[in-house]
Amino acid sequence: MPAARPEGGRASGRARKPARLVLDPTVCDAHGLCAELAPELITLDDWGYPIVDGRPVEGELLEHARRAVAACPVMALRLRTP
Amino acid sequence: MTLDAAELPRLLAGLAAGAKPLDLDAHRAIFGDTLPITRRTLSRAREQLIAEIGRAGLTGKGGGSFPTARKLRAVADRGGTPAVVVTATEGEPLSRKDRLLATRAPHLVLDGALTVAAALGARRIVLAHDRLHLGVGGRLRAAAASRPELAVRGAPDLTVQAVPDGYLSGQETALVAALNGRRAVPAFTPPYPFERGLGRVPTFVSNIETYAQIALIARYGAAWYRAVGTEQAPGSRLVTVGGAVASPGVVEVPGGVRAAEVLVAAGGLSEPVAALLLGGYGGTWTRVDPAALELDEVRLRATGLTLGPGLVFALPASACPVAEVAAVVRFMAGESAGQCGPCRFGLEAIAGALQDLCADDPRGDEPQQIRRWATMVSGRGACAHPDGVARFAASALTVFAGEVADHARYGRCERCDQPSVLLPSRPSSASSLVDAAGTDAIALGGQ
Repeated sequence: MPAARPEGGRASGRARKPARLVLDPTVCDAHGLCAELAPELITLDDWGYPIVDGRPVEGELLEHARRAVAACPVMALRLRTP
Repeated sequence: MTLDAAELPRLLAGLAAGAKPLDLDAHRAIFGDTLPITRRTLSRAREQLIAEIGRAGLTGKGGGSFPTARKLRAVADRGGTPAVVVTATEGEPLSRKDRLLATRAPHLVLDGALTVAAALGARRIVLAHDRLHLGVGGRLRAAAASRPELAVRGAPDLTVQAVPDGYLSGQETALVAALNGRRAVPAFTPPYPFERGLGRVPTFVSNIETYAQIALIARYGAAWYRAVGTEQAPGSRLVTVGGAVASPGVVEVPGGVRAAEVLVAAGGLSEPVAALLLGGYGGTWTRVDPAALELDEVRLRATGLTLGPGLVFALPASACPVAEVAAVVRFMAGESAGQCGPCRFGLEAIAGALQDLCADDPRGDEPQQIRRWATMVSGRGACAHPDGVARFAASALTVFAGEVADHARYGRCERCDQPSVLLPSRPSSASSLVDAAGTDAIALGGQ
């Protein structure tokens, strides 16, 4: 019988590793989708560019971070596990 | 032959204002013959060099002040066949020490580059200068041509290359990009050049003065190196002194020297001075009494100051500090690579606000806005350019609080339209060929 999957249905190993959002400012073009999708982690500066909170994220915040990474049209965002 | 310990000059030994550049014979007469590192002794030589540089406590002289031994170790540990890059671009307009070393003491620089290359097993050495100073390239090339170590079979390939000029010309990743034939703009890190640099190999990149320092340490040892300077700021370093001093130019001073002594070495103050700018256009202002101001990078950073690539500029009291700061920030905004939004737009915003303070109708909230934007841009570029401008502007707001408040209320003052003392017009390429001789560039006083 397979092991019971944790609540939420995601693979448990990845959800628990502390990852940080990292922005490549040389490719960022201020599209702003990231700030919409992860407002707890990303705000926009006076010129529409993201100010990224680089602290380790887990759980639901990590899910938002993943969506922000996936949504960026120029792939300026990534999640880095140290 | 050994230079006397605890005495200066070291880097500038044998040089004097108006004196000829040192050719290989003159260089050997002062410093002695190079000790060759053979392939057989390579790994031991590498370990010995890194250990000695570490004991000496040498830090990079290009402005970053990164511990040199740590950088050598990082490149050595990557394995493979590394490359060596000597940064002689000197993009900071107030600085003259790199050009001075390149044109007057090229063999000391080559000693350092060859020593590092031999110790790391590097097969390629590039000396980089900018297109504004073609004379620098010519002098380095001529010096390299006279080196017997480069004429033997199996010698590393050494080239002298020109890269685009600009404030960011010496930024580590921008320089490597230019040498790799790409756009000369900073790259997002990691990977750092020590991991992947010139031709995608691990590359040791450092300022030309750092190589000269390495040459001295390799020859005379860490104890000798530390015989001048202080515990936290060992050795000596080159400082370009400018502004309201009688003999502006390059001086060699012991680490931890007081600013007052540096000013004396440059002939003393020529007129009353409002404040000192340490670290150049990306540096910091201070009104600390020069007699109490120790130029020890560790101490300076603890109080929010920096010497940068060895720069002290005395702002005359006759200048308008707000207008001077505005002119520099306008220049620096123009020097942005334009890649990163916060830098591209933020520096422009700060420059605009400073300009408004020197115009007819300021809003009055410019100082607060500048501080806000300075915080907003810091740490958010691929390189430290916005950080430099931010601290330059923010420290000015603090040091010149009175003048800034006056400008916020009343706009331009009667001194706003004076010609700038901080922003001399840039020389054309032609005149820089003559300028490279730089006979006026050594102040050589004191110590």
